Amino acid sequence: MNHRIVITGMGWVTPLGSDVDSVWTKLLAGASGVGRVSRFDAGTFKTNFAAEVKNFRLADFLGPSWAAHEEAGLSTKFALAAAAQAFRQSGLDALAATGKLKKRRFGIYLGAGEGTLDFDNYAESNLAGWNTQLDGGRGGLDTVAWAKKAYERMSAIREIEQEPQMTLAHLATAFGCRGPASNCMTACAASTQAVGEAFEILRHGDADLMLAGGAHTMIHPLGMTGFIRLTAMSRRCDDPQHAPRPFDRTRDGFVMGEGAGMIILETLDHALARGASPLCEIVGYGSTADAFRITDIQPEGKGAQGAMLEACRQAGINPREPGPDGRPQVHYISAHGTGTKENDSIETKAVKGVFGPMAPRVPFSSVKSMLGHLIQAAGAVELMTCVQAIRTGFLPPTMNLNTPDPECDLDHIPNQARDCRAQGGVEVCLSNSFGFGGQNDTICVRKWRG
Amino acid sequence: MSVRVVITGLGSVSALGVGAEALFKGLCAGVTGIGRISRFNPDGFPVRIAAEVRDLSVKDYVPKSYRKSIKVMARDIELAVAAARCAVEDAGLVTRGSADDLADEQLTYHPRRMGCNIGAGLIAADTEEMAAAMHTARTAGGGFSYPAWGGEGGQGMESLTPLWLLKYLPNMLACHVTIIHGAEGPSNTITCSEASGLLTLGESMRIIERGAADMCFSGSAESKLNPMGLLRLDFARRLAHLPDVTAGQTPLRPYDPQTPGGVLGEGGGIVILENAQTAKARKARVYAEVVGFGGGHSDAHYSAGEHDEGFGYAIENALDDAGISPDKIDVIIPMGSGVPELDRPELGALRRIFGSRLGEIPLVTIQPNVGNCVAGLGGLQVVAGAMCLHTQTLPARLHAGQPAAGICAGAAPSRGAKLEYALMCSGSLGGQNAAVVLKAWR
Repeated sequence: MNHRIVITGMGWVTPLGSDVDSVWTKLLAGASGVGRVSRFDAGTFKTNFAAEVKNFRLADFLGPSWAAHEEAGLSTKFALAAAAQAFRQSGLDALAATGKLKKRRFGIYLGAGEGTLDFDNYAESNLAGWNTQLDGGRGGLDTVAWAKKAYERMSAIREIEQEPQMTLAHLATAFGCRGPASNCMTACAASTQAVGEAFEILRHGDADLMLAGGAHTMIHPLGMTGFIRLTAMSRRCDDPQHAPRPFDRTRDGFVMGEGAGMIILETLDHALARGASPLCEIVGYGSTADAFRITDIQPEGKGAQGAMLEACRQAGINPREPGPDGRPQVHYISAHGTGTKENDSIETKAVKGVFGPMAPRVPFSSVKSMLGHLIQAAGAVELMTCVQAIRTGFLPPTMNLNTPDPECDLDHIPNQARDCRAQGGVEVCLSNSFGFGGQNDTICVRKWRG
Repeated sequence: MSVRVVITGLGSVSALGVGAEALFKGLCAGVTGIGRISRFNPDGFPVRIAAEVRDLSVKDYVPKSYRKSIKVMARDIELAVAAARCAVEDAGLVTRGSADDLADEQLTYHPRRMGCNIGAGLIAADTEEMAAAMHTARTAGGGFSYPAWGGEGGQGMESLTPLWLLKYLPNMLACHVTIIHGAEGPSNTITCSEASGLLTLGESMRIIERGAADMCFSGSAESKLNPMGLLRLDFARRLAHLPDVTAGQTPLRPYDPQTPGGVLGEGGGIVILENAQTAKARKARVYAEVVGFGGGHSDAHYSAGEHDEGFGYAIENALDDAGISPDKIDVIIPMGSGVPELDRPELGALRRIFGSRLGEIPLVTIQPNVGNCVAGLGGLQVVAGAMCLHTQTLPARLHAGQPAAGICAGAAPSRGAKLEYALMCSGSLGGQNAAVVLKAWR
């Protein structure tokens, strides 16, 4: 028999701040975390703005033990800070202090991204390695000159910290996870997938307790370069705060964000035995591949539909039918909603495919309109907004949605948060994440009823 | 009733060649693929040897209509695409990737019931391509200019192909395989260095056990055989500083107190995992049954150092999952890297779990032959393990020195053996550990 799985702690680091409740208040108020890139000179870049995490100090979250992670990459530091909040909220810090935390049954599954490239030294090495005389005057790479400069300039620790398992390594050692440990990189779907797979590990009984989530920053010269070349990011450089506009007819791409979201999941038995209070229950997880094209989403959103349908099926939900109270059985969908032309219209189509006649009645918004796109961290942070919606009865808006798009004509909660308390609150939510290359993941969470 | 999961197709690419047959033949014959690096001039590096894959033409492993996509494949992706195609053919499957214009009814599997989990590493951008682009964005003094990089008119970043980023995303190994072969089920990319492949196998096993798919591509591939990759692994103190080797002889000395360090390889292995019922229904050949998986994290980052606890948890969890005691294991395909920081925790855990019997269990080390393929290691371990059980054969072992006392890891010729259970295990840079138990199929 499968275990029931609950969430007992959450923490995040976002462009709007690093405290769950205060960031939630800002999201309901429609705040924007977007501004000019401050971390390097992106002035001439076609996209020169992003949603950066500001005023972040790891010591504020870890206390003196932060020093053990001083050399970690920036996204690893975000992850540590988010995990520290989750650990505390779940009461695990107290359990660990009494020595009763069974580390071997405490696993970790992250969807953390690679660490930040040591760009300046990388660039200097590449310039030193380029020899205009080679290849008959066309120029070529002189690896001897490159290696000389690279060994001189680059640092071992900064290179090692870029390996994508290093965030996991830091968290496992900091919080005492000795159980199953994995890190996945499925682009923008990664941390939803990580939470989903952590959920499966617990259901199967391979651990009692999991730390799961994601962390990422691509706000560095090559990260921005990659997406600028793909023309995937908004170029509204004259008005960055209004640039992320999911579902709006004038949307012109996503806005890069950064941060981390971390969640403590555990089997219900484990949570109850130690007297923890569940924040909500995870009741379904669907994962599919489009298997369509590297650069395009399957036009009907077939894979996205498959992921949502599977999550609903596991939750015992028929999305096309109303519940006993006459409302749709899903009360909110946290959209992948990147603000690219293609994603938003196909995701809308997919929701219609899954919910049929109920679709127009299911609120479906994108917090990327405020936080930007946290790439691999997006899914976990957005899942946490679903938990907050369940806890508070409010739904976050899609900001900057001023020009309706006939292809995105569902209830996107435009520009104003919604109070659902009088209608029975928010009990069941889906969180969607879709990755480049066609990976689709959906998680279904439900209010904890005991 | 519980689902049984079996391996029905093997695919691999390594310095010993393309295909599982080539790998196992090379292992049995005691061939090493380690030699001087030819991919680029390694003279500026303290490390100049590696186990390179030669003569791989990825266009031979994709349908004609997909050939245009080859230009967005980093080397890592090419290795995975080739290994996956080998696995499909070996499993006797007809997929969308088998030929162009196949009708759905010609396919021998259901796309929605086929998953794909492939372990991968951090893929470095091609240094030559990046250096050429950066050369167009210099300051007057010859340094790098951010404003020029952002620039106009085909200079700076605009000199990179628009799809540049897609060559280097780790999930592109799995994405290309799902697209080529039409695998629409659960798909994942695990990036835990050397442990990636075994972690991926465990996840695929669970997916099939819980009924989320009938079949799953599973394995891993990586190539750090480029200037940036070599530099990073050297910085991680993984590599022996050897300028050259004697042709045909491995310099590797796994579990040897005198080991000079590891040797870089490139490659990977991908297998078809399948629900035993669907395998039976389509009369597929079964190589082995996957009966146990376990994971565990070490109490240290960067390197497990002296801590063997997490490594041991992974093995114990896998044995528990298989429902067997350690004395059932007949052969171990270990990490065996010859890197002291990795050999120590591995050997410590093996000694603790297997006790004095460890001296009787052959440790089939593959790195002396194919080098450390990093994320690709796990996939290759599984292919080797499945072949051991299927052919009831122990490959030859290569060793340039003397392993520590009380273990069965020194140089030895190939021989037949009665093998029922095989254990694969690996740690990683970062402290992740994983283990898988395979059982001979009767």
